[in-house]
Amino acid sequence: MNFDVNQIRGLFPVLHQEVHGKPLIYFDNAATTQKPKQVLEALTSYYEKDNSNIHRGAHALADRATQYFENTRESVRRFINAKESAEIIFTKGTTESINLVAQTFGRKFIGKGDEIIISTMEHHSNIVPWQMLCEATGAVLKIIPVHENGELDFQEFEKLLTSKTKLLSVVHASNALGTINPVKKMIDAAHAVGAKVLLDGAQSTSHLEIDVVELDCDFMVFSAHKLYGPTGLGVLYGKREILEAMPPFLGGGEMIKEVTFEKTTYNDIPFKFEAGTPNIADVIAFDAAIEFIDSLGKKAIKEHEDELLSYANELTADIKGFQPIGTAKQKVSVLSFNINGMHPFDVGQMLDARGIAVRTGHHCTQPLMKRFGIEGTVRASFAVYNTKSEIEQMAEGIARIAKIKNK
Amino acid sequence: MSSINEIQDEIVSEFEILGDDRESTIFYIMELGGNLEDFPVEEQKEDNIIKGCQSKVWLIADENDGKVHFKADSNTDITKGLISLLIRVLNDRTPEEIIHADLNFINRIGMGSIIGSQRSNGLASMIKQMKLYAIAFQTKLNA
Repeated sequence: MNFDVNQIRGLFPVLHQEVHGKPLIYFDNAATTQKPKQVLEALTSYYEKDNSNIHRGAHALADRATQYFENTRESVRRFINAKESAEIIFTKGTTESINLVAQTFGRKFIGKGDEIIISTMEHHSNIVPWQMLCEATGAVLKIIPVHENGELDFQEFEKLLTSKTKLLSVVHASNALGTINPVKKMIDAAHAVGAKVLLDGAQSTSHLEIDVVELDCDFMVFSAHKLYGPTGLGVLYGKREILEAMPPFLGGGEMIKEVTFEKTTYNDIPFKFEAGTPNIADVIAFDAAIEFIDSLGKKAIKEHEDELLSYANELTADIKGFQPIGTAKQKVSVLSFNINGMHPFDVGQMLDARGIAVRTGHHCTQPLMKRFGIEGTVRASFAVYNTKSEIEQMAEGIARIAKIKNK
Repeated sequence: MSSINEIQDEIVSEFEILGDDRESTIFYIMELGGNLEDFPVEEQKEDNIIKGCQSKVWLIADENDGKVHFKADSNTDITKGLISLLIRVLNDRTPEEIIHADLNFINRIGMGSIIGSQRSNGLASMIKQMKLYAIAFQTKLNA
């Protein structure tokens, strides 16, 4: 499929509606992306034709459902270039994936006095699980500072790395600022002191080419719903030898090899970490989302989104009172800003009056907001189906709103 | 002084003039915030924050000659406008009047759809806090 934004928009039914009498402009893609028809059809088709519980079923429907389910696992493997599909574990989302690592890898391999490094720009879901682990084990959390432009302070990061460092858990692209972190360099530096690395790909996987072998990260986590797929589904990628060494997360069906009242033996990966009936329908539909992304190609997606972001930067640059937050050189398509003298919530509500959906607040990154001395920002985030005309309308709205307090 | 219901009718007709344009309505609400009396900076403290609002809203009240006088402030302009409407309707009334006030102007304007669910919940919290002040003053006056 060639990159034709009108054709792409045709695949997204939700975009074709009015909000408060104005055509919907959806700029809340960093929170969740809309779903193309293929994904919706895959969901319906599964329930209409194939619904059954997977693995171990001795009938045709279970067989088909199992096959489709495992097809997605293989597609995800290909999507991030993992070595084998057993390294792909399905979870509820990025948050659960991180908690899984904290509660299994963390509990087993991180102890008193050991150090975990995260950054100031982490989402709360990449802060709180580590705080919980530190509280339980006596490990210590170390924080990489952030420069004024929203880039990580690499020199300070290098100083934090010591033989005590057991894990670096860092965001690939910041949800609040859009900053793309130099993760390859960070992974290599962490490995040099013997630490493992978890990469939070929630905001990067829809925009950037991902190759976990080349990056050499030990874990990577992301969510399907930010990748044009269904909600309630996430991925944990882990290197085989590490996943095998980790104890299970939840106990129950599917994750066992044999259960007796004396002793239970656990299943092999990935099933060891997928206790209970999984989110079958959404996993199957996620395959259609990956196929959609592949049909466009990440390169074309990135080019389109970069163009939207630089157009938005250009149109807002001269608006009196417009204050961009996060101006890193390398960014995904996130425009975070404030308007002098105005609360982000008010700005968001006024943009909503124009049919423009943005997010306002701290974006689950309160320590980062504190770093910038602000309560929150307005965040517009762009996706494949957004257009330059939509950016123009947003800029016009921002200009009108900014005028209230910046004459 | 006009009655609570007369003031509510006034507010409703002011909003009717604005028509259906949501943006103008929100601008208007923000402008109304400018009508608030100056709020003492030292009263911008945790104790005076209304719980249940996403934005920060400070509310204080005192009683004089059996009437309740409110002062409020907020860190967002839309919220300032909302509380200024409540103050316009309920200020300098007896506790009895405030406790029994039926604030129907909110639904008549269709405020819920203008400000959305989060802010509507905040608005309900503001009304509750104003009525709680009135109950406290009534108890004091009857003591």
